[in-house]
Amino acid sequence: MTTTAARPQIRESSASWRLSDRIGLAFAWLLGLMFLAVTAGIVLYMMVQGIKYISPTLMFTSPAAGFSESESGGFLDPLLGTVIVALLALVIAFPIGLGVGVWLSEYGRPAWLARLTESTVEMLAGSPSIVFALFGVLLFEQGAVGFLSRTNDGVVYGRSFLAAAAMLSLIALPLVVANVREGLQAIPGHVREASYAVGKTKLATTRRILLPAARPSVVTGAMLGLGRVIGDTAIIVLLLGATLRFNGAGDIPILETLRGTGSTLTSYVYANAPTGEANQPHKAYAAGFVLLMMVLLLNFAVDVAVRRGRRMTWAS
Amino acid sequence: MGFLNPPPVRRLPLGGEQATVVESNGQGSPSFVGAPRERAGASGIAIDRMHVQQLSVAYGPKLAVDSVSLPIRQGEVLALIGPSGCGKTTLLRSLNRLTELTSTASMKGRITLDGEDIAALEPTALRRRVTMVFQQPNPFPMSVFDNVAYVLREQASRRPKKRQLQGLVREALERAGLYDEVAADLGHPALRLSGGQQQRLCIARALAANPEVLLLDEPCSALDPQSTKVIEDLIVQLREQVAVVIVTHNLQQAYRVADYVAFMYLGELVEYGAVDQVFGASREPRTREYVSGGFG
Amino acid sequence: MLGALVCGVLAFVLLLIVFVFREAWPSFQHNGLAWFGSGGNPDQQIEKIFTSGNLLQEPVYTFHAWPIIWGTILVTGGAVALSFVAALFVSVFVVEFAPEWIRRILEPVIRLLASVPSVIFGLLGVLILVPFIGDHVITEGNRRSVSYIVSLSGYSLMAGVLILSLMIAPLMIALFADGLRAVPRGWLEGSLGLGINRWRTFWKIGVRTARPALVAGTVLATARAIGEVVMLAMVTGGVAFAPNPADGLIFFVEPTRPLAATILQTAEELTSPPMRQTIFAMASVLLFSAVMLSLAGWAIKQPMKRYGVRA
Repeated sequence: MTTTAARPQIRESSASWRLSDRIGLAFAWLLGLMFLAVTAGIVLYMMVQGIKYISPTLMFTSPAAGFSESESGGFLDPLLGTVIVALLALVIAFPIGLGVGVWLSEYGRPAWLARLTESTVEMLAGSPSIVFALFGVLLFEQGAVGFLSRTNDGVVYGRSFLAAAAMLSLIALPLVVANVREGLQAIPGHVREASYAVGKTKLATTRRILLPAARPSVVTGAMLGLGRVIGDTAIIVLLLGATLRFNGAGDIPILETLRGTGSTLTSYVYANAPTGEANQPHKAYAAGFVLLMMVLLLNFAVDVAVRRGRRMTWAS
Repeated sequence: MGFLNPPPVRRLPLGGEQATVVESNGQGSPSFVGAPRERAGASGIAIDRMHVQQLSVAYGPKLAVDSVSLPIRQGEVLALIGPSGCGKTTLLRSLNRLTELTSTASMKGRITLDGEDIAALEPTALRRRVTMVFQQPNPFPMSVFDNVAYVLREQASRRPKKRQLQGLVREALERAGLYDEVAADLGHPALRLSGGQQQRLCIARALAANPEVLLLDEPCSALDPQSTKVIEDLIVQLREQVAVVIVTHNLQQAYRVADYVAFMYLGELVEYGAVDQVFGASREPRTREYVSGGFG
Repeated sequence: MLGALVCGVLAFVLLLIVFVFREAWPSFQHNGLAWFGSGGNPDQQIEKIFTSGNLLQEPVYTFHAWPIIWGTILVTGGAVALSFVAALFVSVFVVEFAPEWIRRILEPVIRLLASVPSVIFGLLGVLILVPFIGDHVITEGNRRSVSYIVSLSGYSLMAGVLILSLMIAPLMIALFADGLRAVPRGWLEGSLGLGINRWRTFWKIGVRTARPALVAGTVLATARAIGEVVMLAMVTGGVAFAPNPADGLIFFVEPTRPLAATILQTAEELTSPPMRQTIFAMASVLLFSAVMLSLAGWAIKQPMKRYGVRA
């Protein structure tokens, strides 16, 4: 071969970082820090305002209809409402999500059904919650499910905690399914084979071995679902009946509340914002603060659960 | 019936004798890989390119390279040999400052390229003059053409013209001995080439930068014997245009391609010398033990 | 048994789709394709539809949703575009260029932002951003020039786009970052070993390889943006007005009301049958776009598989 030819002109320049590269890097730094600042700003501002306006009386008195701030009471009912509706939704979504997740991960035959299920769950995850809310309105006004809410003069009202929780479970479902699947798929195959080799059925294997091993992921999924449910407003506004206080239906103690209407922190904040009917920003800040704290705590719990899950990895 | 000849026997030195290699070339020279083939002679060129002076590299508290000094010349192939963990890969990677990617790495000593201390150069500029081919072929997820063109496009401060690019890409592919095989479809996805072709594409990429030194980190260890042979021939051919440093754990490969050999053990440079001397008449007992298969 | 559960879930979802479209049908039937067109003020049309539902008169269905649809397109498009650029740079920053201590703070912060309920964004928007725009960005001159059509307060397109981008950015960042982290290190090291600087290496090889993740993130974020109800209802102005680009810079501060927000704000009117059907028609448009987005995302990823980019 001949010796090296003279270097072509292309290979010039001493600067290996062009100006555009430097600008790009600077931009990345700028945006990263800006993000940090904005989020910190939001959280801190809410906390400051919230602490300014919150008081134990607010948290533990029920709302009352009134025109001035001092008259209109606190947000105990909405606070309890949030807790009730979130737990209810989770009670519905968790078993179903667990079942679907297990089926997708461990069974999954026929293949077209599995793909259809995956796509459907994905579709649910991407659909706006207000569509679920509207469907809920349709569904729960049917006579057949009238027992889930109040019936006035033969017309099913269709709005109650049960109705809201049922539709809320739809938005928690994809999160539970995804996390359960992830947790199960992380378990290496030899664990399953070992169990089948001693004669255990698939169901028993799943119940006794796989699910306990996947517990961190399952718990994460439940908590993430809970977080989304707590933060939703659209379904609440449409399906919870928008009464400030609990308005029970019927006589059976717990069931009457569930069948009745009420409000949650989200609808309370919505109503008390300047664009809402009540327009009492201070109450809105206080309630918003409590809501944000709940969400932050959940977030923190998810972080802890994920970290604990990561510590137990499989030797494969 | 060449294949019936047994592989060359290396007798273990017992009681201080020198290792000897029973070569079975000459008539009926064995034709399978593993036998020492005819070596190309020296190229007749020896241009100093790099000098390693008392280099020590540590990862945290652990010393990986200990006071190594050796020259790297264009016109010669330098092979770094030694058992696993002896520091040969670390030494190679410090030649183009890739060790800096590891946060715990620290370095003492001096390496010069054409007289300049490489620590004073900008790393990116250095790595265009001293390019590297890795053990696992890693062509980018693009076409064959784009893989080579990527290097040319991204190194220049102005976008090269299309026609210039085509010429340079073709030249790089020819130097790597790959052009004839891919000329029919330069748009072919690079990841669909065979392993040997991918590695030659990586060599083409490295050559497109027109480097002064080419570093090869066990380039054939992931390849089949046929591809290995092709690449070894290529390396010998390239030595006149670039200085070549190759790390290999395959002693026979080192014997086939190298002009100079550096044997390292536990971070130290145990012996450096011409290939015939290191393999045939090594000065150090450790070298003799290693090249005769005693350990490693 | 689990199989039955799965089929049950699928059947439920199918029921949902069928019922929503069925309830929506009359509104489409009466308007035809003009449903999507312009003509008249949707707010007034909604009034008429609602009042006509009292069974004493012939139900009125006339509805031309274009201003609402245009508002939706603007808000969603603007937020996704803004968020895409920001998310791309922030994810590159987080994955590769941020120092360790910044990364450890930034990652939880982004996850936090993703979980803040939309009503809080709405609250802060209404109490901070809207007055800011109203007092500082909009001038009296602006107001007078469009006063005969619409009144400019701070409730505007701009407020909606800004806050919406903030809401969907964390989603995009998370998915982009996952994609970037999955790039094989061999490719990045190979590029560095050839003398390409870190920024270009990451941008040209890393980002390019992560394109499927970019697509996935954008699709998901768009779906989320279209479905955003509460925050937009609070800050965009509640007027079914189509912002007019020809208005120049005022365009950004004109009020509007995207589709989902419209549904929320007319929710009390569900009792009137024609109104209910119109509302469901709007909901079915939302549902349809969500499904179409998923399909589009899948379709875009297909050609990328050719060169070995894992999708």
